[in-house]
Amino acid sequence: MAVETTAAVQPGLSIGFFDTGGFFETYLLPFVIMLGQSVLLLTILLIVVAYILYADRKIFAAVQMRRGPNVVGPWGLLQSFADLIKFVLKEPIIPASANKGVFLLAPLVAGVLALSAWAVVPVGPGLAVADPNLGILFIFAITSLEVYGIIMGGWASNSKYPFLASLRSAAQMVSYEVSIGFVIITVLLCVGSLNLSHIVWSQLDGAGTMLGLPSSFLDWHWLGLFPMFIIFFISAIAETNRPPFDLPEAESELVAGHMVEYSSTPFLLFFLGEFVAITLMCALTTILFLGGWLPPIDVAPFNWVPGVVWFVLKGMAVFFCMAMVRSLVPRYRYDQLMRLGWKVFLPISLAMVFLTALVLQITGWAENRPDPASLAPTASVSSTLHST
Amino acid sequence: MNVVGLFFYLFSAICVASAFMVIASRNPVHSVLFLILAFFNAAGLFMLMGAEFLALILIVVYVGAVAVLFLFVVMMLDVDFAELRQGVLQYLPIGGVIGIVLLVELVLVLGGLSITPEGADLVVQPIPDMAETSNIQAIGDLLYTKYVFFFQMAGLILLVAMIGAIVLTLSHRSDVKRQNTATQIGRDPATAVTLHDVKPGEGI
Repeated sequence: MAVETTAAVQPGLSIGFFDTGGFFETYLLPFVIMLGQSVLLLTILLIVVAYILYADRKIFAAVQMRRGPNVVGPWGLLQSFADLIKFVLKEPIIPASANKGVFLLAPLVAGVLALSAWAVVPVGPGLAVADPNLGILFIFAITSLEVYGIIMGGWASNSKYPFLASLRSAAQMVSYEVSIGFVIITVLLCVGSLNLSHIVWSQLDGAGTMLGLPSSFLDWHWLGLFPMFIIFFISAIAETNRPPFDLPEAESELVAGHMVEYSSTPFLLFFLGEFVAITLMCALTTILFLGGWLPPIDVAPFNWVPGVVWFVLKGMAVFFCMAMVRSLVPRYRYDQLMRLGWKVFLPISLAMVFLTALVLQITGWAENRPDPASLAPTASVSSTLHST
Repeated sequence: MNVVGLFFYLFSAICVASAFMVIASRNPVHSVLFLILAFFNAAGLFMLMGAEFLALILIVVYVGAVAVLFLFVVMMLDVDFAELRQGVLQYLPIGGVIGIVLLVELVLVLGGLSITPEGADLVVQPIPDMAETSNIQAIGDLLYTKYVFFFQMAGLILLVAMIGAIVLTLSHRSDVKRQNTATQIGRDPATAVTLHDVKPGEGI
């Protein structure tokens, strides 16, 4: 539902409040178009998630010198779809003492919220279901809500392990949201806009172009805001409850945490929501720090490739790093997790907000930077970037 | 057909209904969940007015942080629901009076504006044209120029409240084991490892 509401706000603003005529042109047609775009996006996203899941298991297996899923389809490529069918066909079991309404609402919340954030993610120049002015704030709001799926599921199961998981998760996700918020603020200070496309376009200029080089990967924010890039990456892992921060579902102590009592399709929705949130965090890292759909070097063979390809490649690279972290790093203890969030990340990111603002003010870069809305069609970008 | 109006009535109807359910539902956790639904619909109303920033901040701050803490506390409460409901009739008159006072105030403010439309001109800062500036710019222009001292003062008060809460609850217990990461990392083999030549049958 959130997909349509945010998207519908934009045309509603421009035509004024009490416009009565042209119901078909102003509301119905855009709604149908947006519906089609959303369905297309969801289909692609779900297929991507299926293979992200497969990749995750394969990488995990390769690190441990196992073979991973290799039975269903060639090299096990259809494993995720087999799992999907298995989940859907099994019987959903609702515990007798569970709070039935909330119990069934929780996986829905987890799945729908994770998917709805993708509505504003631009995967290429102009390629987004909606590109609102406050895109990054919308994503931040949605990710801050994702904790509800876990809390509600853990409470409604009316059982001890899920409840412990929901308590852990509430504290963990609130803590790491704070540092994610500050990291986003530092990026916004450099960009001057909350629009996700503007954030990407603003990375055409940076450290590299100041040295007289052509627009390249040196201009992206990962270099200029380097400590923030690392903090965002780690906070993203913590925010999505991935190992080594998977305390809400730590198998060795809480069995499966908030998902213990779930089976069949509700479990699938939880699982799906978790992995869609991971893809979202990969995409967000790409947009904020790795230049989104921009080619690594803006010269001939690289800028012939469509922007979407670069976006997907960068997202995959970020995901590969997350999968490697999962297989290499042991799980954090709970007090270590809290210490890292509040005593390490929070002071560093807060200091960086001040430092970034100070540098921008002293050097005058904030004054002289171009209007973010006018960044998109610059001469330095090749024509292939615009045509898509 | 006015779609914006339709959405307005949809959001406000759900908002009022869920606000009622906050006080009517038997289970306190359900109350908090209905409160979240009310926040959501209020955010929807903000969106309809074109105040997207306020809408999203409402969701981030109230739903994403404050309500999580509410839920956190309420979930852990061991409440006897029957006992909780006993005094309803006793407190109903007081609650009713407060509700009526609030309602009268709202009617006075809004009714006064419709009786004397020139009262709207008394607003110190006119609302800027949304087609020219964005939400954030409009709020920032006002908050960081005209009201900067009030804004900073509010921040200071919150800081003092936070420090006060920490001072009240912080207790340093000396009899618990603590982890000091700096000393852990600062160890080296020379201080951490000793080599013993253990004779057979003697032990250390």
